[in-house]
Amino acid sequence: MRIALFATCLADTLYPRVAKATVRLLERLGHEVVFPAASTCCGQMHVNTGYQRAALPLIRHYVDTFAGFEAIVVPSGSCTGSIRYQHAMVAGRLGDSRLAVRATKVAARTHELSELLVDVLGVTDVGAYFPHRVTYHPTCHSLRLLQVGDRPLTLLRHVAGIELVPLPDAESCCGFGGTFAVKNSDVSTAILADKMRNVLATGAEFCTAGDSSCLMHIGGGLSRLRTGTRTVHLAEILASTPADR
Amino acid sequence: MSTFLGLPTAPAGVGHLRGSEPFPVAARRALADTQLRRNLAKATSTIRAKRARVVAELPDWEELREAGRAIKAHTLAHLDTYLEQLESQVTARGGTVHWARDAPEANRIVTGLVRSAMATEVVKVKSITTDEIGLNDALAAAGISAVETDLAELIVQLDHDRPSHILVPAIHKNRSEIREIFLREMADVDPGLTDVPAALTQAARQHLRRKFLSAKVGISGANFAVAETGTLCVVESEGNGRMCLTLPDTLITVMGIEKVIPRWADLGVFLQLLPRSATGERMNPYTSMWTGVTPGDGPQDFHLVLLDNGRTAALADPDGRPALSCIRCSACLNVCPVYERVGGHAYGSVYPGPIGAILSPLLTGIEDNASLPYASSLCGACYEACPVKIDIPSILVEQRARHVEATHGRSAEAITMAAAAWAMSDPARFAAAQRGGQLGRLLARHGVIRRLPSPLSGWTAARDAPAPPRETFRQWWRRTGRP
Amino acid sequence: MVAAHGAAMNAREEVLGRIRRAAGNGPAPATGAVPRAYRSRGDLRGSQLLDLLAARLTDYKCSVRRCWPGELASAIAAAILDRGARSIVLPPGLGLPLPDPATTGADLTLVVDDGFSAEHLDRFDGVITTATVAIAETGTIALDGSSGQGRRALTLIPDYHLCVVYEHQIVCLVPEAVAALTPERPLTWISGPSATSDIELDRVEGVHGPRTLEIILVAADGPAHATERGELCQST
Ligand code: SF4
Repeated sequence: MRIALFATCLADTLYPRVAKATVRLLERLGHEVVFPAASTCCGQMHVNTGYQRAALPLIRHYVDTFAGFEAIVVPSGSCTGSIRYQHAMVAGRLGDSRLAVRATKVAARTHELSELLVDVLGVTDVGAYFPHRVTYHPTCHSLRLLQVGDRPLTLLRHVAGIELVPLPDAESCCGFGGTFAVKNSDVSTAILADKMRNVLATGAEFCTAGDSSCLMHIGGGLSRLRTGTRTVHLAEILASTPADR
Repeated sequence: MSTFLGLPTAPAGVGHLRGSEPFPVAARRALADTQLRRNLAKATSTIRAKRARVVAELPDWEELREAGRAIKAHTLAHLDTYLEQLESQVTARGGTVHWARDAPEANRIVTGLVRSAMATEVVKVKSITTDEIGLNDALAAAGISAVETDLAELIVQLDHDRPSHILVPAIHKNRSEIREIFLREMADVDPGLTDVPAALTQAARQHLRRKFLSAKVGISGANFAVAETGTLCVVESEGNGRMCLTLPDTLITVMGIEKVIPRWADLGVFLQLLPRSATGERMNPYTSMWTGVTPGDGPQDFHLVLLDNGRTAALADPDGRPALSCIRCSACLNVCPVYERVGGHAYGSVYPGPIGAILSPLLTGIEDNASLPYASSLCGACYEACPVKIDIPSILVEQRARHVEATHGRSAEAITMAAAAWAMSDPARFAAAQRGGQLGRLLARHGVIRRLPSPLSGWTAARDAPAPPRETFRQWWRRTGRP
Repeated sequence: MVAAHGAAMNAREEVLGRIRRAAGNGPAPATGAVPRAYRSRGDLRGSQLLDLLAARLTDYKCSVRRCWPGELASAIAAAILDRGARSIVLPPGLGLPLPDPATTGADLTLVVDDGFSAEHLDRFDGVITTATVAIAETGTIALDGSSGQGRRALTLIPDYHLCVVYEHQIVCLVPEAVAALTPERPLTWISGPSATSDIELDRVEGVHGPRTLEIILVAADGPAHATERGELCQST
């Protein structure tokens, strides 16, 4: 299958290893991955911070860039959520109903990574090998907006060598919330502290999730406190093979 | 105030819908209160578990939620019809209906009614609506003392504090703090009072008993008012509500106009949704329903005050309107990671938590509660818990957009956002910006950045920031010669 | 008070006017009926309903006794005596088999409500009533002030409330109870004794309303001749 990768501005700029892992994984499963050179950002941060008007060109750009593809993969629950639930809404609210219709169509072909693997490609065992103790944080937008359910956990359970440990109070937010972490950094930190406490309580070497933004937040805290526990994106685990060792 | 159709918002200077400082400032102080943090964490986790248990018991919970949402949406679209129907039913059964455009008008009406009943003391059932309009202050100014009879409201009143939760106003106090308040403020209390909740409860029972038995005027809010029949409904646990609704000669009920529901049968939906979402009980201990005046049973003089106070402004906002569906169960507060850590006072309004973060600005206009829509990580737990399916995260995002529009893009943030959008809507400009950002590597040591300049300094106060990599994904893609 | 009346009219017209303007700005009202896919009739019958109601009542700290119709008199007498209640107020038209104070041995007084003041009601130890309907799933009894149930103050002020519920009065679900009740009557739904969770969300039973709620559940048809009372009138 020919799959277009929307790397997300965050992974493209700060976490290229996540986008590369997505490419590696899908190619290993026998699919063709294309990265449209024009792709940039979905506009989620703008919409969620109140800048809908500024987001409109980003939305239009996403729709123009990806309109020609049958399947689009996004290694981020929150960006997928924005594309699926905000693009058409913002376009409609700002009076561009033609864009809203096009956005709805493109959104229907846009899949978060675990959705693509399980629902579209029909795989749960991707042949990965990751011999580490790992705990999974479901991330709010994957959990509640996309309702990915246990797709990521199913994929993880099939990884060879992995020791999956449940995260206490897993479904509570990590406190990131985009610009929330900056505008209300004290509250965000208080929420993060509890998430880190729960991650550390598992004794895991890695905390994984399907969203680089939440991982940047949790990982930033874990790193600041020199905890020795790290974050790793779901795509990176699923892309790992014995050859990587 | 810029509102839809120019409809007036709740006036300032009266009642409790506005805080004196922005949310992040108030939140910072709350976060430093260790006792508060502990009390809130314990209380909210208890109630979350109870709610989850009784919600899971019902096989048709989602169908009930959908019915609840639809009934409320329908009511809001025909609010004038249902209020007129309610008015005529209440009047036909011997009650008197009053209309109040705003808080001062409602306070004037209630004060006048208490005066004509020749009372100098009134007993009150917990009512956030009367907190919203500052009724107790208005009564006090007229020489009338209002006795709060709900245990938590009594604790808050005795402590000269403000409610911090819409269902459990004293959720921020623990048992030993409550014992101290009782010992300090209750004239008739047993000095040997312990901090066992049962003992504290009995102290409150004794303290209020005589007041109930001799009360001339009771004041309540309403959970529901049925247009079809004119029936008012109050849901409670302690029996203080029944006391106030039954024993006085005069009963005054102050109700927001959005509390009306069309049909008697609709109670079959809401009396399942509310108790399970609120206290996590299958049913609350007492639900009282009355229709006008019943000869020989209960108050023979009944007044219903229908309050606007910004509700029509919220109604006119097509995106914000669903916030008026709220049945004040407080489930969204209890599941909110922000509320759980800062408590209710930080929101400044009597409506805290996720619902408060949308409802307060809708009632006052965004300018007066501009920081509230940002007091959320948009985690969506509120929407998931809400028994009438209010999509609070989406309304928060809309409220943020209103705020940005009201500031006309002139803030530093707006300029940054515009610049970012300009750069990111074009791949060449985006790639250039990424290369600029890679200069951030200069700030990094061992792959992380420990201190960023303002406004990102809040981030690095507690978290490392990732150093930009040597090569972006897009650069890697091009370098490796991929399609 | 012409001026005040005029102001009131203005507020009414103005609020209604605002609503009409505001409503026009919203989404077009949904044309379809409200989806009512929730359960409106339960599928439990007879003793299943009794069992569920008893379990749910007990769960919320309500004392429950169960008996056949022929045993009601002794069940009521046992409840009052076990409780140690001496002065009991009764609603008019109660129609229950009550113990005869002359033969119980205890100095029991039973007085029918005569519009007593609140202070006077406060001097009674307890009250005995029937109910209009009971909801099994939630452990709720509903009183509507009709004959045998009395005005609302009667079941509020005395500290002990003994209520007799017959099997035919039990419904399974909340919507069934709503449908069975008359909205124009003053209604009180009671689910367990008064309680509060205001201190640390710890539930404490017994605040302003009766601190003890006891319910006698009367099964519809007993055996032709009563056997050992202990077997049939179990206290749970
Ligand atoms: S918004 Fe929903 S969850 Fe929150 S208090 Fe209102 S009804 Fe309850």
